[in-house]
Amino acid sequence: MPERTISDRTMPDRVMIEIDRVTRSYGAFKALDDANLTIREGEFFSLLGPSGCGKTTLLRMIAGFDNPTTGTIAVDGQPMAGIPANRRPTNMVFQSYAIFPHLNVEQNVAYGLKRLKLGTAEERRRVEEALAQVSLTGLGKRGATELSGGQRQRVALARALVMRPKVLLLDEPLSALDKKLREQMQVELRRLQKAVGITFVLVTHDQYEALAMSDRIAVMFGGRIAQVDSPKDIYQRPVNRQVADFLGGMNFVRADIVDETGTSLTVDTLGFGRVRTDKPSAFVRNGGTATLGIRPERLRVLWDDERSEFEVAGEVVERHYFGEVTHLVVKIPGFEAPLSVIETNDFGADDLPLGAEIRLAYDPEALVAMAD
Amino acid sequence: MKGRFARFLPGGRWLGLYALVYVIFLYLPVIFLPIFSVNTAATPKFPLTGFTWKWYEQLPHTPALLDAAWNSLVVGISASVLSTVFGILAARAITRYRFPGRRPINGLIMAPLVLPEIIIAISMLLVMLQLGLSLSLFTVVLGHILICIPYSMTVLTSGFEGFDRSLEEASADLGETAFGTFRRVTLPMVAPAIISSLLVSFTISLDEFMIAFFLTGTEPTLPIYIWGQLRFAAKLPGVLALGTLLLLASFLMMTLAEILRRRAANRAHTEGGVYA
Repeated sequence: MPERTISDRTMPDRVMIEIDRVTRSYGAFKALDDANLTIREGEFFSLLGPSGCGKTTLLRMIAGFDNPTTGTIAVDGQPMAGIPANRRPTNMVFQSYAIFPHLNVEQNVAYGLKRLKLGTAEERRRVEEALAQVSLTGLGKRGATELSGGQRQRVALARALVMRPKVLLLDEPLSALDKKLREQMQVELRRLQKAVGITFVLVTHDQYEALAMSDRIAVMFGGRIAQVDSPKDIYQRPVNRQVADFLGGMNFVRADIVDETGTSLTVDTLGFGRVRTDKPSAFVRNGGTATLGIRPERLRVLWDDERSEFEVAGEVVERHYFGEVTHLVVKIPGFEAPLSVIETNDFGADDLPLGAEIRLAYDPEALVAMAD
Repeated sequence: MKGRFARFLPGGRWLGLYALVYVIFLYLPVIFLPIFSVNTAATPKFPLTGFTWKWYEQLPHTPALLDAAWNSLVVGISASVLSTVFGILAARAITRYRFPGRRPINGLIMAPLVLPEIIIAISMLLVMLQLGLSLSLFTVVLGHILICIPYSMTVLTSGFEGFDRSLEEASADLGETAFGTFRRVTLPMVAPAIISSLLVSFTISLDEFMIAFFLTGTEPTLPIYIWGQLRFAAKLPGVLALGTLLLLASFLMMTLAEILRRRAANRAHTEGGVYA
């Protein structure tokens, strides 16, 4: 790992989940292929990838609804093989929320507590506490079918949290909510996780959700884990083009490797010339070429006679207006493909005519080398 | 011009008239039954001669009728319980699993619904005799199970359809055992559909004549008793009174069954359907 984030430093390094060489096959098809992961206690960890990448399969195996074909899963040092879902120290928030429709909010939340035989007073206290944690105080008597989408999600959360699990598993918990509510719940979930200190494992296909909430993210494609890093490293130092693409727009330039050390790569490119960059954590050299990338928001339009040490000049060929920002496509002589630029609208990028000759500044620090 | 065409539009005068004739055609014969059952005259014809409950009062004092009612009760309860049990098994398999031959099997289970009852009755009689079974209420129960299963299936399938599997997973996730999950989640969720299926098949069995007529030995059910009484003109008012009671009971049970079926379907769908 290149550098440790703030949350890494404040967290104890105790391992909570150990995924060791786990494969899940259905006949010849491998839903999950040789996955290795270590998730720490108190961490907000996300499994991010497109549908069919194996993230849900992995989550369901941690919960006990599915079993690895080979490999082992341990939670809090205890191997999970042979332990059914109802005896694991994990609880899950389902994608459909799976609220019991014949029970009211309170009865839903108390469902798992009934088996613990805590006594009426203690049970009531814990239900109230859980409802307060998810801001549902006073709605205990509400019927399950009378709840809004956001409320159902909170009930599902409370029902799992009240069990005080060692690990809370969340299967795309926000995907059924509209955009505004989703963004609000992202902030709330993150706050809640910090408050209760429970290890959260979130499955999502939404890169913004993963970036906004997680301490660390595992990006998965086709049953394999491509990269495990902090949100910032995943976004800024993707290990290959596939990861870079999934996390958002990026300009790619073909690069020939000139020199490789333990921590850096020096490459020759058409356009940006010779560049020396940090090497991504899990970079695997594939022949003599690599890809050099730069995110569109790291390119900046130079206005009037403003100058930069690192600049390229070209012609605006496309312009797309998005309200707060404008996306420009700029054709630059010497580059194999035009560059995408995201510019805030405070200087009038939305008024640039097609065909305008402009200059772009870039920070060489924002150039990142990755596998093809 | 406009007025002439408006008469033929939906909601116009002709549509209302058509609907009225339609309803009269359906229910006029049925209305005669309760009307003549409270008439003082022994022959069912207009004009009515006066109001009386005496035909109803005589019913509990007819031993043969009470025996027939008891037989119907025994057959109805046995047939409805058994057809509901078989219906649960089949409906669960058909709604939960995708297996080869699922549709044809479903079709075969529903087929007795459209087969002529007299054909079913005759074939069952032949089978019973071949098997060496002597005709009794037991053979009637077997016949009634056959014709009740399609009704049970219809009711139970709509209760089970859309049952979100993650509800059972959520229960296990919260620490509940397989049996506990069945008792605390599955059963309460499908209970309305099960009760509805029991009511529907009981009603079908109670009202069924043809199969009972062929398969019963010396023990008549209510419809067979009624058939037997029709030979005596003097007994007709009693038959009308009994028929009215049967009609009322069937109507009430079917209404209750439909209410429960809808509740079961709603319950399953509000959970599974929205996010499916």
